[in-house]
Amino acid sequence: MIAAAVAGFIKSAYVLGAAMGATSLLTWAERKQSAMMQDRIGANRASVLGVRALGLFHIITDAVKTIAKEDYIPPFADKMLFWLAPLVAGVAAGIGFVVVPFGPTISVLGMDVPLVIARSEIGMLVLLGALGLSIYGSFLGGAASGNKWAYLGAMRAGAQMAAYEVALGLSLVGVFMVHGTLDLVRIADAQQGSLLNWGVFAQPLGFLLFFTAAAAETKRAPFDVPEGESEIIGYFVEYSGMKFGVFFMAELLETILFSAVIAVLFFGGWHLPGIEYAALPWWLALVVSQAVWWGKVATGCWLFLLIRWTLPRFRYDQLLDLGWKWLLPLALANILLTGALIVWRGGGS
Amino acid sequence: MNVRPPRGSELGLVGAAYVWEIVKGLMITNRHFWENIVLHSLHAAGIARSRPAGVTIQYPEVRRPVPARARLLHRINRRPDGSPKCVACMLCPSVCPSGCINVVAEESPEPGIEKRPASFEIDLSRCVFCGFCVEACPVDAIRMDSGTIPPASEDRFRMVTTLDELLAGPPSDGSLRSVAGRFP
Repeated sequence: MIAAAVAGFIKSAYVLGAAMGATSLLTWAERKQSAMMQDRIGANRASVLGVRALGLFHIITDAVKTIAKEDYIPPFADKMLFWLAPLVAGVAAGIGFVVVPFGPTISVLGMDVPLVIARSEIGMLVLLGALGLSIYGSFLGGAASGNKWAYLGAMRAGAQMAAYEVALGLSLVGVFMVHGTLDLVRIADAQQGSLLNWGVFAQPLGFLLFFTAAAAETKRAPFDVPEGESEIIGYFVEYSGMKFGVFFMAELLETILFSAVIAVLFFGGWHLPGIEYAALPWWLALVVSQAVWWGKVATGCWLFLLIRWTLPRFRYDQLLDLGWKWLLPLALANILLTGALIVWRGGGS
Repeated sequence: MNVRPPRGSELGLVGAAYVWEIVKGLMITNRHFWENIVLHSLHAAGIARSRPAGVTIQYPEVRRPVPARARLLHRINRRPDGSPKCVACMLCPSVCPSGCINVVAEESPEPGIEKRPASFEIDLSRCVFCGFCVEACPVDAIRMDSGTIPPASEDRFRMVTTLDELLAGPPSDGSLRSVAGRFP
């Protein structure tokens, strides 16, 4: 009992630390990757004792700058909601990590430890529910600011996230039908062995739809109409200092979360063909699985950043058209197609 | 007013889905990304340093080469004996649109030359770098090819250059500096 609690505490601390570390690393990766894509150098000036370390110290300078800035609450804002909104955004983005498995079950000191904070039969529903919360962060932030531009951004965020939340959930139904479960651990385990077991080959359309909807859920370019920095600046126009920083981190945290979910659902999670974790000693299984897992998550983040720095922003009606008229019907068609294929191959009941 | 928004259907079903177009766009940025990553890695290993990765000029350490015809800080050419070529004809102060050149003439001790400048001052805080003085000069004395970007100053009265400073420019061999064609 105590051992399980200790294991749970260690896992939670690991996931929280790793997610936060990955978030700050992503701020650096974003600057550097965009620079590489645009034939620039990128942030490289911050140095400690003459060591520049590819600009990695800019993570620290960015954090210090964000914290040191004046944290101004406009007098016309609703103070409580203004405070609450970034918290909700951050928590909603972070809470999804609770159900995302990040490794196989390992046997440490005679105890089986599944590498997931909370394994649940309905894990994916918990995740979708948590993601549904994130709309409150952006909407409350915009509505509480007492600023018309912020309010416009909040309305845009609400409409966009409602549209893409539907497609996001429906695009995954095919995956659940193929695996017959909502348990993320079992979905990941079902994809071990051959590369062809990966969900992306079983559900190519579902992957494309989920990826698009996920990019829209993170509210980053090309789906950054709620922010729209060249037109309305968006729902956090009145936010400054660390409150803005939390909004910003929530976006990046969501990017990592979606990369993790995509890795679990479509790319075999911590499994690679040819690696049998059960046959390895527990410490080796831990190290190898984390290397494979974070490699896949990093690839997903890289792809999100590649898209974010390539495609221009959608016009607002295009955005809603894409969500309601393309993704939603295609997700429904995907469900029908998956069902038909399962019945044709004699599966199901 | 009859406004018709552009319709995606004009692109056809495949084109309107944009998937292939998006993939093509991603391939371009992706190619740049990997090219630059490989080049930076090669540079770190000391290979292929002549091929630049990225167009950024690391300014304080690396200066962008000045184009050969850039009009920058003035200088005054010398004669072979070292005296200034200027004959104080007053054409440059006359033509100067901003009135920043102030020449005081005196009699030249040399028999063949009538006048020489006793003082030759250019107020760089007022100069517009139009190059008219260079065009006007009948004896090719004043030039703007020193290749030096005029320094800034917190005191506008310190921005007046004197004859000695103008003569201290690069030697007047008449040739322009060779400039690398491509940026680093």
